[in-house]
Amino acid sequence: MGVEERVELPRQADPVAPRDDAELVARLRRGEAAAFAEVVDRWSSMMLRVARTYVSTDASAQEIVQDTWMAVVRGLDRFEGRSSLRTWVFRILTNLAKTRGVREARTVPWSSLGPTEDDQPTVDPDRFAGPGERAGAHWTSLGSPRRWQPSPEDSSLAGEIRVRLAAALAVLPDRQRVVVTLRDVHGVPADEVSATLGITDANQRVLLHRARARLRAELEDYYRGVGSVVTS
Amino acid sequence: MTGSTVPQDGEVRCQQVVELVTDYLEGVLDADLRARVEAHLAECEGCAEYLDQMRTTVRLLGRVPVDTLSEEAKSDLITAFRDFHGRP
Repeated sequence: MGVEERVELPRQADPVAPRDDAELVARLRRGEAAAFAEVVDRWSSMMLRVARTYVSTDASAQEIVQDTWMAVVRGLDRFEGRSSLRTWVFRILTNLAKTRGVREARTVPWSSLGPTEDDQPTVDPDRFAGPGERAGAHWTSLGSPRRWQPSPEDSSLAGEIRVRLAAALAVLPDRQRVVVTLRDVHGVPADEVSATLGITDANQRVLLHRARARLRAELEDYYRGVGSVVTS
Repeated sequence: MTGSTVPQDGEVRCQQVVELVTDYLEGVLDADLRARVEAHLAECEGCAEYLDQMRTTVRLLGRVPVDTLSEEAKSDLITAFRDFHGRP
């Protein structure tokens, strides 16, 4: 495995490139219902995910997404193209969601990272050895990550792993969940995620890192279980 | 970056590499640190495996099922869109 290779884009990745934006906006302004149906299909699940971090029920999140689309329908003439259409739609969404979240007394402070999200190690320090100044220099033989066998892409495990990952995603802290969902489940680019959520790129990366590390650990736990079955 | 501070020069440690993998995959490490991380990965099976597992995790996340609006809600929205544009 070459270290220079990049993460491949998730399959659900479906970003609308800015160059397509102008055409899309024109179609929407002409009243092409097919164009509207297309963006509603493409973006609504991400919007639900973002909305859900501001309000306490799925039903509230659904209403916010529907209200957002209605605001988009009525307000499209005011879209000036200074951001991408999607960023503009998400900005309407987060404004509506924040208002609603305040009413439900559920607000997520997005601007700063909490102490649990900042400087804690994501991997148990006991898995590394090295005396004194060299602490953390190497994995211990027990602590070193084991290869996942059979591969998680193997059809016999794929379904179970998807269920396990979805469950682990659901219990991540809100901000980690929304960042990793937008980035890795939906394939939204980093800068768009930061802009949408109003956080710095650095904070976006910290949240992404913590979320991915936790989900990797979840899969590792899963494989420990599988391994003990296979070898016994 | 999270975790223990990386020294200005010299070797990076496993415990630092695991906190740098996301910055590495995002391509935001400066050239010098990137080179040191890559040198470490080339020598260290544990960290190479860790990186591989992070990539696998990202790939698997792309296949997690997602919620969306109900068909009814979608069709209401499309009707509202048509109505809005149907006005004289």
